[in-house]
Amino acid sequence: MRGEGARGRRSNRGGKQAGRKLRSQGRDARAPRAAALRLLSTMTQAEIKLCSLLLQEHFGEIVEKIGVHLIRTGSQPLRVIAHDTGTSLDQVKKALCVLIQHNLVIYQVHKRGVVEYEAQCSRVLHMLRYPRYIYTAKTLYSDTGELIVEELLLNGKMTMSAVVKKVADRLTETMEDGKTMDYAEVSNTFVRLADTHFVQRCPFVPATENSDPGPPPPAPTLVINEKDMYLVPKLSLIGKGKRRRSSDEDATGEPKAKRPKHIADNKEPIPDDGIYWQANLDRFHQHFRDQGIVSAVANRMDQTSSEIVRTMLRMSEITTPSNAPFTQPLSSNEIFRSLPVGYNISKQVLDQYLTLLADDPLEFVGKSGDSGGGMYVINLHKALGSLATATLESVVQERFGSRCARIFRLVLQKKHLEQKQVEDFAMIPAKEAKDMLYKMLSENFISLQEIPKTPDHAPSRTFYLYTVNILSAARMLLHRCYKSIANLIERRQFETKENKRLLEKSQRVEAIIASMQATGAEEAQLQEIEEMITAPERQQLETLKRNVNKLDASEIQVDETIFLLESYIESTMKRQ
Amino acid sequence: MAGNKGRGRAAYTFNIEAVGFSRGEKLPDVVLKPPPLFPDTDYKPVPLRTGEGEDYMLALKQELRETMKRMPYFMETPEEKQDIERYSKRYMKVYKEEWVPDWRRLPREMMPTKKCKKAGHKSKKAKVTGQGTSLTNPADVLKKIEELEKRGDGEKSDEENEEKEGSKEKSKEGDDDEEDDAAEQEEYDEEEQEEENDYINSYFEDGDDFGADSDDNMDEATY
Repeated sequence: MRGEGARGRRSNRGGKQAGRKLRSQGRDARAPRAAALRLLSTMTQAEIKLCSLLLQEHFGEIVEKIGVHLIRTGSQPLRVIAHDTGTSLDQVKKALCVLIQHNLVIYQVHKRGVVEYEAQCSRVLHMLRYPRYIYTAKTLYSDTGELIVEELLLNGKMTMSAVVKKVADRLTETMEDGKTMDYAEVSNTFVRLADTHFVQRCPFVPATENSDPGPPPPAPTLVINEKDMYLVPKLSLIGKGKRRRSSDEDATGEPKAKRPKHIADNKEPIPDDGIYWQANLDRFHQHFRDQGIVSAVANRMDQTSSEIVRTMLRMSEITTPSNAPFTQPLSSNEIFRSLPVGYNISKQVLDQYLTLLADDPLEFVGKSGDSGGGMYVINLHKALGSLATATLESVVQERFGSRCARIFRLVLQKKHLEQKQVEDFAMIPAKEAKDMLYKMLSENFISLQEIPKTPDHAPSRTFYLYTVNILSAARMLLHRCYKSIANLIERRQFETKENKRLLEKSQRVEAIIASMQATGAEEAQLQEIEEMITAPERQQLETLKRNVNKLDASEIQVDETIFLLESYIESTMKRQ
Repeated sequence: MAGNKGRGRAAYTFNIEAVGFSRGEKLPDVVLKPPPLFPDTDYKPVPLRTGEGEDYMLALKQELRETMKRMPYFMETPEEKQDIERYSKRYMKVYKEEWVPDWRRLPREMMPTKKCKKAGHKSKKAKVTGQGTSLTNPADVLKKIEELEKRGDGEKSDEENEEKEGSKEKSKEGDDDEEDDAAEQEEYDEEEQEEENDYINSYFEDGDDFGADSDDNMDEATY
């Protein structure tokens, strides 16, 4: 939901995405997002397909229809959406509310008060990464952090008090009887998440004076106050998490289905009313990137050097914007002071390590000056480039074999090579080498550059140079990844659909068993019900579960490649 | 294909040996069909990474998928009715929490409008109950019909006038009326929510005077 007002808009409505021109209106906070949008404004069919599947899985078919329509057409006013999708106005409104709530659609007021809605395609694709965000929060801030981020992702945006209450309730439910989770503890974790920028405030609606003449605007203008982005409101949240059982009589607990809501709502004014928080996905991406760099350094050199790089990254986490090509320069003295306590290396050894890192041809670490015992930066752009190239290399190796990978690396290293040179340098028989080259050429991993000696482009008088265009190869691979994930999801849905009856049956049986256990049924009775699922059925369920698990795990892991490639492409585009 | 050999080679403007075909070698057949849907791969995919983190993320992913379906944001398409109501369905029914969007953050047109329907709702109900009592006695019914015939359209217009006056009074009354409205809304809510917790049903103001005191009526519309 960031950057509503400053979003540019399309001049020609109804055309394809390619024609979209975005113009940022110069408010600094919004410029990065506008730039990111420019990169991702052209959606391929594969991306749209993936968006559609994701929206459908998360919000159901109606939201999917509206969302995909917006992705295809760009920004549109309400009535046009309703008309074009053949959906009732009420359903469109509801779907848009859902999409806006989850920061997947933004709106903007145009001339004559028409409000146009626009989908945030890249944001939709990030829904794939939700499990990873949540897991990261768990590793950094344990269960409380995990639940906070999970709640924020599930609800799109929430007030801090709502998050704290919900998380405390959920944690209390998992605890033993008699123990409860204190609001203050959850609150503390929330503050830490905000301090490290993993959660941030949503743009807010500025308070309008009532003296304002004329009718109210058709839509509120949301503004970002950069100062307060990570400022946690001072709340005195006193209380403890409640278990669902006891909350039935308690008004502040979970609302029951038919309870009139006024009672719960009017009881106490919400202290941080209107201050909404969201998970800061860019910050998570920064964390993923840093982790990738650290583990790459560990693989290339050793544990100690990776620890040094980790320290440098941690020191510049908050000071360096997530899309900067370099971290802030750090002196070796500063780095020495900030090394984790358990790390007993002398200043001398550190300096040697830093020199070694700076000399490394991959240039993860660069030396930017000599003051303060040597100033060092981490070249984030280069690091992402190396990671993307390594990904490409390993994909070539796994798809075409190690000899193809040899040719690929050769072309990468020498930049431009003629066919004959490739054969010679790779030391692969000419015929095979040609075969491999053409295979990679046809799969777009390698590209061909023509250099005619004469203006007529006669083939006999033309140099044909093979080269690897990393950016376009990365794009191609990214596109394939989108396709694979869409295929994985479709396959998973197909598997589930094929076994729908069986799944429903097992769910029914489980539900019955659970309810009987609650009422204290005998063991024999339970067993009888359990036997309603026959052995072959059980086997089929096992197979299904295994397949679904495999497909799900693949989705998560393909997304890691997607993340790497996206980051590389984004960082490269910014430098051009 | 034979044409490609021997003399046919003249058709190429470049030296065919450069592409890797020796003199006199047969060129590959022209492919006229699309590539197979599941082509044989030369290399088997590497196994997926496994580990504690991976397992946990997998569990998270599957749990998230289930949870999303139970969130109020998940818009279900109306399900076709099953002929038999399953007993076990009762166990599987999920109560979705209600979701009240923060209207202050949304464009005004997002708010469900239901002024006219709402106004009509009450008078219709009153009429229905009125008729209900009069219809209990068949004799009364006949009398009533006769009466109605005599009076003809006159009564109808009377009723309309009354309604109009009523609505005027309503708007004059201002603040007091809002409380009434709220009370009205409560009973109305209960009734409507028995059915599906639908969007339009529970909203009663149109958005015009909304900006001023949004807090009062904001809670009424639920998704």
